[in-house]
Amino acid sequence: MTQILPEITNINAAFWQGGKNGELFISQCDDCEFFIHPPSAFCVKCHSRNVSAQAVSGDGTVSSFSVNFQKWLPELETPYVVAIVELKEQENLRFVTNIIGCDPNSVRIGTPVEVTFENHEDVWLPLFRPKEFGAET
Amino acid sequence: MKKNVYITGVGQSEVKRPSLKSAEELTVDACLEAVSDAGLSLADIDGVACWPGDNNNGAPFSPIGPVGLKTLLGLDLKWFGGGYEGPGPIASLINGAMAIEAGICRHVLVFRTITESSARQKDKTASTLGKLGAKNGRDRSNLWGNYTPFGVHSAVMLVAMYAQKHFHKYGLTSEQLGQIALTCRANAAENPKAIYRSPMSLDNYLESRMISSPLRMFDCDIHCDASTAIILSRKDCAKDSSRDPVLIEAIGAGNSQPWSWDQISLTHMVARDVAQDMWSKTDLKPNDVDCAQLYDGFSILTLIWMEALGLCEIGEGGRFIEGGKRIARTGEMPINTNGGQLSGGRTHGLGYVHEACQQIWGRAGARQLKTCNTALVAAGGGPLGGSALLRRGDI
Repeated sequence: MTQILPEITNINAAFWQGGKNGELFISQCDDCEFFIHPPSAFCVKCHSRNVSAQAVSGDGTVSSFSVNFQKWLPELETPYVVAIVELKEQENLRFVTNIIGCDPNSVRIGTPVEVTFENHEDVWLPLFRPKEFGAET
Repeated sequence: MKKNVYITGVGQSEVKRPSLKSAEELTVDACLEAVSDAGLSLADIDGVACWPGDNNNGAPFSPIGPVGLKTLLGLDLKWFGGGYEGPGPIASLINGAMAIEAGICRHVLVFRTITESSARQKDKTASTLGKLGAKNGRDRSNLWGNYTPFGVHSAVMLVAMYAQKHFHKYGLTSEQLGQIALTCRANAAENPKAIYRSPMSLDNYLESRMISSPLRMFDCDIHCDASTAIILSRKDCAKDSSRDPVLIEAIGAGNSQPWSWDQISLTHMVARDVAQDMWSKTDLKPNDVDCAQLYDGFSILTLIWMEALGLCEIGEGGRFIEGGKRIARTGEMPINTNGGQLSGGRTHGLGYVHEACQQIWGRAGARQLKTCNTALVAAGGGPLGGSALLRRGDI
């Protein structure tokens, strides 16, 4: 049980399943356009209840990261990079993810990254890879 | 500002890795010692507070909660409460103090039992987050479910990202950060109950294996089995006890940010909210503090608390602790004088309160500070955080 998956709900389905069609969805206020994460039903900025999932660019930068070496579970493959990526759409719009497709030791704070998806059952995990390593920009 | 809540007694079981005693035995040991220390009997206790409580699952993180304790000791209570959702590991102290301020209780028994060491002897993965939060491979936790799908099996990976940010933004170095672990180990050498007491050098620290960069093994606290208990008493009732009590001068429990490890400030978590809240409630200033007992579940958290609480300037923590002299027992701001959780053992919260009181009461033995009238306690990491300023009472 190395791969843990999220429980899919009405609110978070777009975020976890948007990758099926190659798109990253983030909750956004229909009234003031503020992005809210984790997925929500209420705008903390203007207090509107008109919030819906909207596709974003999938581009961002590494806010911070850690290379994990510890085998927390016997079958865990290490090392791997856990990161917090900030999306380009809004300051501090960010979430925990993994950086893949590069040498773990090459990741830096500020590294430009783009989203890529990894499918497990009914979930498409939004992961990121460095832009310079990506196929297209 | 009225200040009505005093600490009148403390108690602690043995602290072992692992203990052969059950959670119940450890808990009774700690609670009876605290009640006796306060000069009270069990009949005087009319409130119980615990963080996080057993949450109906009896997990080794907190195998006994308020209701378990009530039954175990046969207490007649006016109020009891527990639960994870509060201002971090000393939420119990804060809740208990509020029960007294609200006029509900006279003497509140605050306690915390933890048996993670014996649990890990049976199952090395007993405390991984996936094990705690996921059922059938699906994590339903609103908090951890955002992180565990990405291989976050321990809070260390989240905290490591705070450390990485500090390295990047403020120029913190491993050599500087290592002073937290070294200081705790040096203090543990003078604490007979501490788990690890043999000397640690900076080379030992730097050579310890990387867990989640930039945090090494010696940046992580050590599981243990233990129980700690604190007695809170209302001002007029505190006069019953035999010793000068410790006044809770101020509490910090503020939180202006999302309850989340990745949405809050990556450099100062919730710690600055908590600190601002606490200092607004007292005339005392950071330079009145004689020692600071600061959460060291991971070393970087201690440094972040130091900055947030104003014990040094924001971003200057690394340079402040460099060489370790300032934070040693003979320094200007001694920290974690019992060895903290890094070397003393992960009693997880109340251990800091226990040590602060021992120092104020002059009972800390070989590790006793020359002067200790005021002690600062802060606990938690990420979105969890609470603090308390304690000083020698003046009833």
